[in-house]
Amino acid sequence: MRLLLALLLCIASCSVFAQANQQADATPLQFRDAAEETRFHALASELRCVMCQNQSLADSNALIALQLRREVLELMRDGRSDGEIKDYLVQRYGEFVLYQPKVEGRTWLLWLGPALLLLAGAGVVVAIVRKRKPQALPADDGQEW
Amino acid sequence: MKTSRWLPLAAFFALAVLLAAGVWMSRKPDRDALPSPLIGKPAPAFALSVLHEPQRTVTLADLKGQPFLLNVWGSWCVECRVEHPVLTRFAESRRVRVIGYNWKDEPADALRWLEQFGNPFWLVLADVDGRSAIDWGIYGAPETFLVDRNGVVQWKHVGPLSDEIIAKELMPALQKSEGSR
Repeated sequence: MRLLLALLLCIASCSVFAQANQQADATPLQFRDAAEETRFHALASELRCVMCQNQSLADSNALIALQLRREVLELMRDGRSDGEIKDYLVQRYGEFVLYQPKVEGRTWLLWLGPALLLLAGAGVVVAIVRKRKPQALPADDGQEW
Repeated sequence: MKTSRWLPLAAFFALAVLLAAGVWMSRKPDRDALPSPLIGKPAPAFALSVLHEPQRTVTLADLKGQPFLLNVWGSWCVECRVEHPVLTRFAESRRVRVIGYNWKDEPADALRWLEQFGNPFWLVLADVDGRSAIDWGIYGAPETFLVDRNGVVQWKHVGPLSDEIIAKELMPALQKSEGSR
């Protein structure tokens, strides 16, 4: 039932624009060993599916994702590093495929924005605290409790 | 203190402007379409068989010399049927060579589709396993590329073409690429 629901959701999110349903080879990927499998899953979860744009390459059922997963595994077996595989996909599909964009001129606000906001917040707190300082403490009325 | 009274208002307006900018920037109906990193770069090299003559192979070098429009389609693709009359009208204007890129399709199905709807293409390339499509950054159909006479990708559109897109985007891109010879 859950599988069916997941399938329907995927179809709904992808149906705007057709995807290949021919040549669908749905056999699961065969890994040589556990290390390869771990590396593949780590890499695939860092890559975004270009079709169902809110899913990672590892999660998506879109056929292009299936094909790109095969491609990634093949590149891994060719001895390419994770960085080289990411570059390979960025060259073809653009920076969009990376969940973590590179730090560069266009993306510095994205990366530093939260830190800047935190600093601004800290500035506001400091300003408020400073403003309060002149307020004298209530005079000790000497009453014993 | 005066500042404390207008500060929340200013913060509210700053947020409102930020949100309005977000809405404004996503106003395009095809905002989900990925911009192609290939624009302005040489088209990827390929060697694909011709749909109508499977033993004949065509490479990018064979197509250089004149610009061409590369239209990605498949007989399984519903939106390609929507686009087909528009593409046919454009191809019949003979403005530029229109080359079909039959993506992940059974050749027999593709031939039947062309038989049924008409073949607007100057040439149809068949990429049955979809391997070359990765080099083009193709992720759905229809997609359309404009490649200039030197083999440089000048323009890409994701999704079905319309007369409006051809007039407002494709034609200016074509004229620009021809002007900068």
